Amino acid sequence: MRRLVSSHTTEFALLAVMVLLCIGLSFGTDRFLTVSNAFDVLNVSAVNIIFAVGLLVVLISGGIDISFAVAASVVQYVTVLALSALGGGNWAEGFIIAGLVGIGLGSINAFLIYRLQIISIVATISTFNIFFGLLMFFTKGVSIYNLPDWLSNRVVFYEREMADGSWVELTLPVVVMILCCIATWFMMSRTTIGRKLYAFGDNPEGARRFGINIGAMHVISFGWLGLMAGIAGLMQAHYAQEVVPNALYGRELDVLAATVLGGARLGGGKGSVLGCVLGVLLVSITQNGLNLMGVSPFAFKMIVGAIILVAITLSSARFDRLLPNAMKASARKRSQRP
Amino acid sequence: MSAEPLLSLKNIKVTFGGVRALKGVSFEVNAGEVHCLAGENGCGKSTLIKVITGVYKPEEGAEIVFDGKPVSAMTPTLAQSLGIQVIWQDLALFGEMSVAENIGFQLAVTGTYGMVDKHAIDEAAEKALARLGVRLDIHKPLKELPIAQRQIVAIARALVGEARLVFMDEPTASLTQSEADYLIEIVRNLSASGVAVVFVSHRLAEVLEISHRITILRDGSLVGVYPVEGMTQSRVTELMTGRNFDSAVIASDHDEAPVVLSVRNLTRHGEFRNVSFDLRRGETLGITGLLGAGRTELALTLFGMHRPHEGEILLEGQKVDFASNRDAIRAGVAYLSEDRLSLGLNQPQSIADNLVMASLDRILSHGLISPAKKRDVVSHWISALGVKIGTPDDPIRTLSGGNQQRVAIAKWLAISPKILILDAPTVGVDVGARAGIFEIVRKLAAEGLSIIIISDEPPEVYFNADRVIHMVEGRLEAVYDPRHTSLSELESAVYA
Repeated sequence: MRRLVSSHTTEFALLAVMVLLCIGLSFGTDRFLTVSNAFDVLNVSAVNIIFAVGLLVVLISGGIDISFAVAASVVQYVTVLALSALGGGNWAEGFIIAGLVGIGLGSINAFLIYRLQIISIVATISTFNIFFGLLMFFTKGVSIYNLPDWLSNRVVFYEREMADGSWVELTLPVVVMILCCIATWFMMSRTTIGRKLYAFGDNPEGARRFGINIGAMHVISFGWLGLMAGIAGLMQAHYAQEVVPNALYGRELDVLAATVLGGARLGGGKGSVLGCVLGVLLVSITQNGLNLMGVSPFAFKMIVGAIILVAITLSSARFDRLLPNAMKASARKRSQRP
Repeated sequence: MSAEPLLSLKNIKVTFGGVRALKGVSFEVNAGEVHCLAGENGCGKSTLIKVITGVYKPEEGAEIVFDGKPVSAMTPTLAQSLGIQVIWQDLALFGEMSVAENIGFQLAVTGTYGMVDKHAIDEAAEKALARLGVRLDIHKPLKELPIAQRQIVAIARALVGEARLVFMDEPTASLTQSEADYLIEIVRNLSASGVAVVFVSHRLAEVLEISHRITILRDGSLVGVYPVEGMTQSRVTELMTGRNFDSAVIASDHDEAPVVLSVRNLTRHGEFRNVSFDLRRGETLGITGLLGAGRTELALTLFGMHRPHEGEILLEGQKVDFASNRDAIRAGVAYLSEDRLSLGLNQPQSIADNLVMASLDRILSHGLISPAKKRDVVSHWISALGVKIGTPDDPIRTLSGGNQQRVAIAKWLAISPKILILDAPTVGVDVGARAGIFEIVRKLAAEGLSIIIISDEPPEVYFNADRVIHMVEGRLEAVYDPRHTSLSELESAVYA
């Protein structure tokens, strides 16, 4: 048990912050601590969690990606246009097209970073601008409102009316999100590919000397993020029941902050799916709670920023830095005593 | 030992862009042998290792025979499957992974059906560690291990790959003496179990202690292969460099000179306590002791990076209380860090920029950096310290370890310090360049600079300091005068 805690300090710290936050919010508003609100939070967070587990793979392998959210917008547009060209399509075709277009866009990033040796943040800021620029240029900023019925109709796997009259709903985005989490977790911790990605992010030169195919690592990590971005884009279109070219613009920084909050290290080699999910949920819970308490939406960003700072300070477990010198010295003495 | 060598190479020639790195070298290792490969930086040692591991192709006419079978073209994969493993100086380990995952990494990337078998990895790690006779918590993240234990992890990883021949490139460079002794014990176990070990090290004492035979290279040519019996350090040095370095005690009295630094009962809880000494003008003081003796911590306190909890520091008779190392630098204290490659120098930047890094306020003109003043300072120190460079605008990483160390010293000399603290100044610097660095130290002392040399190699302070302080677990154990003490007395005190 102690090993479990010490090897998952970030996750436990996040859970602790989340529990404290929930206790606080449940006093603030009685609508917060209800089953239906919990499902609301899940439904709202699903798209971001799908993005986050994709980004997690890139961060673990030592890269970073700024372009995935606008890439998802490109995927939405291309997928909806392709589906209408196919005469409507269905869920299977939707996932295949969205996934493939996503992987394709991710592979462009991998190509720029591996072949042309451009560092990942610069490469993906460029593709962020290119993807978004092309999308705005060709769509002229026009949204698509008439989606195929199967795409815009809500898919509910489980629903139930609670005693207080509220509804509990388990919707498609949440189910897809859970599948994406399981798939990412499986790949990263149970397959040789996952071990190679961790190793490559941790010590690229060491991985190279072990004969790991560096080009393949780039394609897999950015391809996986592309796949997740494609799926997330499709889910977002389904959830919003429309395709707006700039709907996801700016989402990349929220997801990045939440993923790093969840313990992924900028620089590679570290991060977990659980931490990543907790990171996104913490931000969502904060927003949800503030919403229910009737706090002005203009204050949201400020409070979310503060929560991220508090959580990341706690999870990096450097409380001792906050203590004055003398206390540190006596603490050290105590710990040295056999 | 079998009559036939495990590995034999003949007539190995390698040329890089017109420069002959290896000029027809031959090399042999027997099974179960500890073989030392010695030579100065740039003599072709690492090129030879890279030929053996298939990274570089030798020119026509080369012959490689492994285990009695000729190898026509060596590749990294072939070398691995033959059981040839290299433990690189930087270890190439993965800090965020556990000890077990590091040791069993080969299994983690070659699992059946692409699946990782955690039990098989743990088992392989336990087995490899048991074979080395070491106990480690295999679930600990590697980054929490001290560097000596990481070395062991790297060796254990080689064993999982069924090693028959292990190259160790400077395995003890960043270890203290007791850690190095432990590693040497492990190398012995390895050799006893039939694995051949090729050892590359700048520490000649341990080379002579551990090896059966020694192959010496100089300028890409073979000087010779010698049995270790009857070899001495100075003989090896002579063969490596083609020159002769005499070690002689240089200690002299400075009792007449004014006291520059006076340390009184200095204490930092958990690091060092009650340390008192004087340092006079032009004097060189050596500080030695094992890891954890508090040497570096003491130096960092003198340099204002840490504040003492008790006691006082007097600089030319005035009590000082440095709030940060900026104050110390202003007062004329310079500290050359232990880890010069990462902390002391900015590797991608130019030699000139590195050299003026600590003395920027001295090359200002109207508040801006004056290119002319900068040029003057740079050319002055480069010629004063005999740094071998192309142009001052080359990145510093293009220089050898010895020349980088000279630039690092020059950086501090440019602030005209009163006290220069050198922490482990010869780590990663080869034998010829070491002598050059101590020549500079001697010259600076003669010019009136007070110097503190910190080293965990007793001979280094014994031959280069006027007095030697021996620290044990944070306290000043004894002060030695090299003129009245023999080196072996000092060494037995330190290693007792």
